[in-house]
Amino acid sequence: MEPTLMLADAAQAPVVFAPATGLLSYMWLLIAVPAVSALILLTTGRWADKWGHWLGCASVLFSFVLGAGMFFGLRDLPNRAVQQELYSFIPVGNLQVDFGFLFDPLTACFVLLITGVGFLIHVYATGYMAHDEGRRRFFGYFNLFIAAMLLLVLGNNYVMLYFGWEGVGLASYLLISFWYGRPSAATAGKKAFIMNRIGDAGLVLGIFLMFAQLGSVNYDVVFSNAGLMPTTTILVLGLLLLLGATGKSGQFPLQAWLPDAMEGPTPVSALIHAATMVTAGVYLIARSNPIFSANTTLQTVVVSVGALTLLLGCIIGSAKDDIKRVLAWSTVSQIGYMFLGVGLGGGAYALAIIHLLAHGFFKANMFLGAGSVMHGMNDQVDIRRFGALWKYMKITWLTFMMGWLAIIGIPPLSGFFTKEPIIVAAFARPGWTGWLYGLAALIGAGLTAFYMTRLFILTFHGPKRWTTAKEGSVDQHPHESPPVMTIPLIFLALGSIFAGMLMATPVAQWLTPVLGPPTEEHPKMGHLTITVLSLVLTVAGAGLAYALFRKGTALAPQPAGPVVTAARNNLYTDAFNEAVFEKPGKWLTRALVFVDNKGVDGLVNGLAALVGGGSGRLRRLQTGFVRSYALSMLLGGVLVLGAFVAVQLGWMG
Amino acid sequence: MGELVLNLPALAYPALAPMLLLFAAACAGVLVEAFVPRGARNAVQLVLSLLALIAALIMVVLRAGKVTAENAQTAAAAVSIDQAGLFLQGAIIVLGIVSMLLIGERTLETGGPFVAQAAITVGSELDRKQAAKESGATEVYPLALFAIAGMTLFVTANDLLVMFVALEVFSLPLYLLCALARRKRLLSQEAALKYFLLGAYASAFFLFGLALVYGFAGAVDFRAIHASVNNSPNNVLLLIVGLAMLSIGLLFKAAAAPFHVWTPDVYQGAPTAVTAFMAACTKVAAFGALARVLYVGFDGLGWEFTPVLGVIAVLTMLVGAILAVTQTDLKRLLAYSSIANAGYLLVGLLGGGKEGLSSMLFYLVAYGFLVIAAFGMLTLVRDADGEATHLSRWAGLGKRSPLFAGVFSFLLLAFAGIPLTSGFVAKFAVFGAGIAGGQTWLVLFGVLSSIILAFPYIRVVVLMWLNEPGETTPSVSIPGALTSTALMIGVLVTLVLGVWPSPLLDLTTNVSNFIR
Repeated sequence: MEPTLMLADAAQAPVVFAPATGLLSYMWLLIAVPAVSALILLTTGRWADKWGHWLGCASVLFSFVLGAGMFFGLRDLPNRAVQQELYSFIPVGNLQVDFGFLFDPLTACFVLLITGVGFLIHVYATGYMAHDEGRRRFFGYFNLFIAAMLLLVLGNNYVMLYFGWEGVGLASYLLISFWYGRPSAATAGKKAFIMNRIGDAGLVLGIFLMFAQLGSVNYDVVFSNAGLMPTTTILVLGLLLLLGATGKSGQFPLQAWLPDAMEGPTPVSALIHAATMVTAGVYLIARSNPIFSANTTLQTVVVSVGALTLLLGCIIGSAKDDIKRVLAWSTVSQIGYMFLGVGLGGGAYALAIIHLLAHGFFKANMFLGAGSVMHGMNDQVDIRRFGALWKYMKITWLTFMMGWLAIIGIPPLSGFFTKEPIIVAAFARPGWTGWLYGLAALIGAGLTAFYMTRLFILTFHGPKRWTTAKEGSVDQHPHESPPVMTIPLIFLALGSIFAGMLMATPVAQWLTPVLGPPTEEHPKMGHLTITVLSLVLTVAGAGLAYALFRKGTALAPQPAGPVVTAARNNLYTDAFNEAVFEKPGKWLTRALVFVDNKGVDGLVNGLAALVGGGSGRLRRLQTGFVRSYALSMLLGGVLVLGAFVAVQLGWMG
Repeated sequence: MGELVLNLPALAYPALAPMLLLFAAACAGVLVEAFVPRGARNAVQLVLSLLALIAALIMVVLRAGKVTAENAQTAAAAVSIDQAGLFLQGAIIVLGIVSMLLIGERTLETGGPFVAQAAITVGSELDRKQAAKESGATEVYPLALFAIAGMTLFVTANDLLVMFVALEVFSLPLYLLCALARRKRLLSQEAALKYFLLGAYASAFFLFGLALVYGFAGAVDFRAIHASVNNSPNNVLLLIVGLAMLSIGLLFKAAAAPFHVWTPDVYQGAPTAVTAFMAACTKVAAFGALARVLYVGFDGLGWEFTPVLGVIAVLTMLVGAILAVTQTDLKRLLAYSSIANAGYLLVGLLGGGKEGLSSMLFYLVAYGFLVIAAFGMLTLVRDADGEATHLSRWAGLGKRSPLFAGVFSFLLLAFAGIPLTSGFVAKFAVFGAGIAGGQTWLVLFGVLSSIILAFPYIRVVVLMWLNEPGETTPSVSIPGALTSTALMIGVLVTLVLGVWPSPLLDLTTNVSNFIR
């Protein structure tokens, strides 16, 4: 297939990016500076311990400033997109992959989010990790993550995206397992690794499919020709990309790793597992919008994944007692909203990205707030053992409150401006599915209000339920965290308040060249009705949680009905994974090992034992006998011969 | 009769020079054993071998500039030293040089990794004496040279008989090399015997196939075989069965399932330096020859055998990947990984065309350097009983020797195909060629199996970094200059081919044509 030919035939306007000039030709510096800083931090010895973390912060700040400069540099360009090819990476025949960058409005949003929020979290981490002897290495991995994440969003083709994709996975894996001593951290790292590998496989296969169909993996070529692919191909391609996206973003059916990933240090949870990396799936779908918009079945699948996950996350989040896990499931649920948005297509792409940006602020805010609480409470994470903390950590309380109000969507905080339009857009979906997804999003809003209020009230209000030395634990003396931690919290709280209001309209317009213009919505009910309904549901959910938990809660899990029990067990999704994937995998492996080591051998030995000898040889160190090896080769040889002949004679079609 | 003797075929010495030089150097090595005093032998042998290899490499490179379709074949077209053949020869020699550095290492333990006299009964009084004092046999150098020379002939053989002779020439020294481990001698001898018996068995398949092909085509050279496919009056089944048997012989050397059974035992038992040599160079030789047989000799069959070899590739990838998961010994783990990699190479090969061949060539080089470096690392982790290759012994190594564990982790990530390592580019290239050749199903299984295969690698990484070192955690020896050089080359190539692969990719694309 000749891509150039197809270009000429393309019905839609071809996607063209201008070459990068001026400041924008230094895009590579955005990645190189954190990467070099990571290298320095990871390779220098202890003498760098004193200043290493500040180097880490400075490199991210540099990227932020540079990114902001480029952001303004884009304004005057015709379609606000530039690309730059550094060198040809794989130049074989039809297989052409360049090492190139693309800077457009979508990338700009992500660069600013990653480096901006990333910088605040870096500063916070200098305080949070102050007493950890591995702090320098921690910042090394942290910088590595930033570099990989920037690579992911800056690449101008899918292979570059995949580089970043693997890089953030690796950094996340290293950071989850950062607390070496804990076996649970290693297990969580492993789980994250496996689930991400499954997702990655989807992405890789998708990339190969693109290459097979279009002969290129560059965004411009792929998007220009997306409409020319057969419907089934687009569907398969989209599903493969979606699999990749669900793996990275913790969406159904690959959601289980994300909450377990909370074993890592809290700044990691804030940066990677809330604000940036987990949104890579949303980025992938939004970036591939010409592919996803080309097939309605595909969009329905994405919307369904989003709706299902957002409810799943809410329900499980309501039953968890670990402060970080509640936040983690809330992340799963909020990303579900974003998937819902990108699945709806049209103007909702931009809504999803705006929600993503706002979410980056308020979720990072709450995660860091949770870290601040843990910092003051000897690393306690059980919300049943908090209570009345508002008196002791005022700044954390107030900033967390802003995050809480923002996520449940109380006007005029940011969540209201970003989540509401997605609910409206869901109702605007044509046909009965509009009702289905709209109601799911609406119910999700009520449930979000419930579990987040539960979290907030149990943590900061109600009676003290702290652990004491008497019950074999420690006496708690909660205190506010140092300024180096609270100042980033204050910034993030400001973001949680204003980001939504300020971004809602301009960002949607800003993203038009990438995602298309905002569209008129015609929801099933009036816009106002939906807004009122969702506010009522939110207040009802919050009120219910307040009524139930203002007097505190039991200190241990209470017997509960089937729904709560199911929610406590992650709605049995882990059990499902184990039964469907793990066990058969283990059995297959065992069977293969058996056949390989003992099967043919066992057959021979069994015969030998029957005639009364040979069993003593089993004691040898090696299980393999030459004769059984030869026998298996002979069997294989006979099969190969048979197959060759059968193919030749046409028996196999 | 006299006339026949005079009609010797013309030999193009410039083309044959690298091989002749290597064979001559190997023979000279045997003489060194006889005439040079014991104390100086190791140094003399090492220098002689390295010089011969480097000289041969230079000749290959020089020859590459002059070779054309007309002057590629010589010795009555029995050998075809074409572009692809020269590339394969060069790859074998370069990888041979790096392995030779590992083989030459004598500082890691007294007397080096090889036994002084393999004939002494294991466990006898004499054996204990030689284990304690005597330095290792220096015959390993000429043996390795013979093997390398045989391989260079093997990949350029343009006729099945020459190919068979070359197969035996490089196999026999390998069998011997496997038996020469200083430690765990019984295991080493068992490995050698197994390899020998099964290798002979596989050779028999090859020979039988050769006979059948001759029965069909009336000739053994690839040009005649190719021409006969459509013209011979004989039953084509003869040719098909013959090709199947030839493939079995070659797939055995390539360690493809179900002919892989020898690999774990032999890789584990052989001295680690020899294992590295086999894993890198034998793989190049086996796939080079397989490619030549399929591309040059049997191209006329229209690649109808692709589904059958495809099933073998799938089986190889899956068996290698799944069984690697349960391994508890690092050498066996790498052996199963080498089996799986044979499967990936087959995917590239079956992709067909220029792209398939070039991706396979790239993969062979990338994998060769990677695997030599990995096995080289294994020689460094030692305790009183020699190398400690059991997985459990590596727990917590990252705490003890962060540099070592860091480098090994990098190599494992390369094996797992993480981007910016040669492993990623190589896999990408072969899978891309598979897709381009319409073998999407192979790529599907390739991606699936590489996911499974990533798991055992990462398990080792986790084991090294996330466990506390115990009292029995072995120490990491300081490598000598030779091993350090080999490791450095391996790691550097793995990194460079991951970041900037285009020069080598260009080269493999340019050389991807066999002359029939």
